[in-house]
Amino acid sequence: MSLPQIEIQLIASVVAVACALPGVFLILRRMALMSDAISHAILLGIVLAFFLTQDISSPFLVIAATITGVVTVSLVELLSRTRLVREDAAIGLVFPVLFSIGVILISRFAGSVHLDTDAVLLGELAFAPFTRFVVLSYDLGPRVLYVMGGILLLNLLFILLFYKELKLATFDAGLAAALGFSPWLIHYSLMTLVSVTAVGAFDAVGSILVVALMIAPPAAAYLLTDRLPRMILLSALIGVASAISGYWLARALDASIAGSMATMAGVMFALAFLLAPERGLVAIARRRARQRWEFAQTALAIHLLNHEGLPDAEEEYRLAHLQEHMRWEPDFATRVVRHAERRGIVFSHEGYLALTDRGRQVARQAIVS
Amino acid sequence: MNLLDLLSSLFFDYTLRTVALGSATLGILSGALGTYAVLRKQSLLGDAISHAALPGIALAFLLTGSKAPLVLILGAVAAGWLGTLLVMSIVTTTRVKDDSALGIVLAVFFGFGLVLLTFIQKKPNAAQAGLDKFLFGQAAALLERDVVTMAGLGALVLVVVLIFWKEFKLLSFDPEFGASLGFPMRALDILLITLLVTAIVLGLQTVGVVLMSAMVVAPAAAARQWTDRLGVMVGLSALFGALAGVSGAVISSTTARLPTGPTIVLCITAIVAISITLAPNRGLVWRWVRHQRNRRRLRVEAVLGDLYALASQHDEPDHGHSIAVLRAMNRGRGGVTHSLEQLEERGWAHQVGPDEWALTPAGLAEAQRQFGRHREASA
Repeated sequence: MSLPQIEIQLIASVVAVACALPGVFLILRRMALMSDAISHAILLGIVLAFFLTQDISSPFLVIAATITGVVTVSLVELLSRTRLVREDAAIGLVFPVLFSIGVILISRFAGSVHLDTDAVLLGELAFAPFTRFVVLSYDLGPRVLYVMGGILLLNLLFILLFYKELKLATFDAGLAAALGFSPWLIHYSLMTLVSVTAVGAFDAVGSILVVALMIAPPAAAYLLTDRLPRMILLSALIGVASAISGYWLARALDASIAGSMATMAGVMFALAFLLAPERGLVAIARRRARQRWEFAQTALAIHLLNHEGLPDAEEEYRLAHLQEHMRWEPDFATRVVRHAERRGIVFSHEGYLALTDRGRQVARQAIVS
Repeated sequence: MNLLDLLSSLFFDYTLRTVALGSATLGILSGALGTYAVLRKQSLLGDAISHAALPGIALAFLLTGSKAPLVLILGAVAAGWLGTLLVMSIVTTTRVKDDSALGIVLAVFFGFGLVLLTFIQKKPNAAQAGLDKFLFGQAAALLERDVVTMAGLGALVLVVVLIFWKEFKLLSFDPEFGASLGFPMRALDILLITLLVTAIVLGLQTVGVVLMSAMVVAPAAAARQWTDRLGVMVGLSALFGALAGVSGAVISSTTARLPTGPTIVLCITAIVAISITLAPNRGLVWRWVRHQRNRRRLRVEAVLGDLYALASQHDEPDHGHSIAVLRAMNRGRGGVTHSLEQLEERGWAHQVGPDEWALTPAGLAEAQRQFGRHREASA
């Protein structure tokens, strides 16, 4: 691996972790799409600040774009508070407007300057190592790495310092308010972090990837664990895994790095969706199948218990009779009996069934509960 | 350029006519179908669908090598449809909420589309040029055959909506009732989603992936303010969409370096802003006026109550009560003089001295009617 390759993967990983941290709280608070709105709307802030400073690398751009992100959030809230449109519709109304104004400003006034919509929306990670951070003629590495590293630290610090408040406001907003934590303050702090992260990441990876990295890894982690600290850690790991595997996918296909990272984030979520223990589709299907067998065995045990010692027991205990009585297919009936025998609930003898002691216990327990 | 020139070029200028017709078709379709999306709380589904369509366009081109509108549209519809189905299955089978599911599908499909687009661009043949117009939309590049395809498919979509009008109405307002009547609600749901996906995909070439969501939400959100009837809302929404489409196309064509898609979005936003402020009953201005009227009425009632309370302390009905006392009882809410004038106008109070007021017999009766029972209850 050459130095630029390592640098790109390092930047991608830092971006992924920086995005995953606020992303966890976004998806837990059901505001995942706010990241979409913010990451588009900041275009306007970047353009306006660029007109004022005429400098694409001015830190003022970051501040202005962050403010635009927060303004977007409050516009959405203002609009949905009129109760004339629902909140989701309010999001869908606000960010395209701000984005449109940004696009129009760019195409009308900045035609000749290095600032275009493609770059904001799609990013180009391959170019990121070209802008260096140079102090006293020492090359300290890519500039983006320092910007995103700073944002990562900021996010980490915020979560560490306000962990308790964030947790409380996320899982029980009412209690948080009653205890005197301002939900409003926590909400806006989080939204400011999302904006800062989106702004910092946009020129490296583009706004769509910001959305992918903020939502997909935390959502995958959400399917894997029930504990918040573990979810945060898993999100960061999944984010890094998507970033690095995405980079190599892009190299293999000679395609967009940002797009490949988003794709890999999607693959990670798909894996969790299918294979997560307990919550994955496979686990759910297996649990359903197992429950079906267990239910059938219990039903069989109860049936046998009901007729135990009665005159019709002879008839009811016949293996072939199960088809009529339980309305089971012959195939299914033999398999249930085989399973039940293996568990030691029943035993069969010359085509007749009988309960074991254990079977009686199972049946009685099922009836009682 | 004067209005006459504009009108004549709207009819005779090939480019402008094509763009305007295309934008109008886009507006009508997304307006009509968007109504259902907004009513069913699926406003942001449009955003996800339009992003999800991108890999479909790229794959359709990769597999067929053709750029015929119908081929690309079919690919986009398939991908958008798959994305929607994925959102639904994520929400129903896991605890991941709908906002996260939408966000994942939106960003991941778009990212994958980007991978395919950049992959295609690196390939040696040059035929791929123009696929990226789906990203940001390029209304100026619309050809007559594009518009014909859009209009044909769009008409089909609208006809299906009309055929299933009653069913879609049930689906939007009371799906459980519909299911109890024996309608196949799940199938209808999928049909309506398919129509929405088609409407969105048809508009992509004009306004692009990012701004398409506004064209789904905004016309319907504007139309909602003016009416409570589904038929009127669908019609108005389509009208608003068409209006924004045509005016956006015209404005951007008469001004240099004004991209069509964003201009259309600003036009529809203006319509939304007007609707939200001015629409009768629901609009903000109306709400404010109603609020003020209520406040004034309550203030008059409060002063009447205060006068009644004072009068019940005295035996003679014409005993005057100082306006200063009334002001104090009013606790600084203000408007006491105005309220007294209102009461006088109605013949319920009259001035008995300088700055002294008392209830008339009619006012006493009215106050007893309003506050009497209340007073007994509290006594």
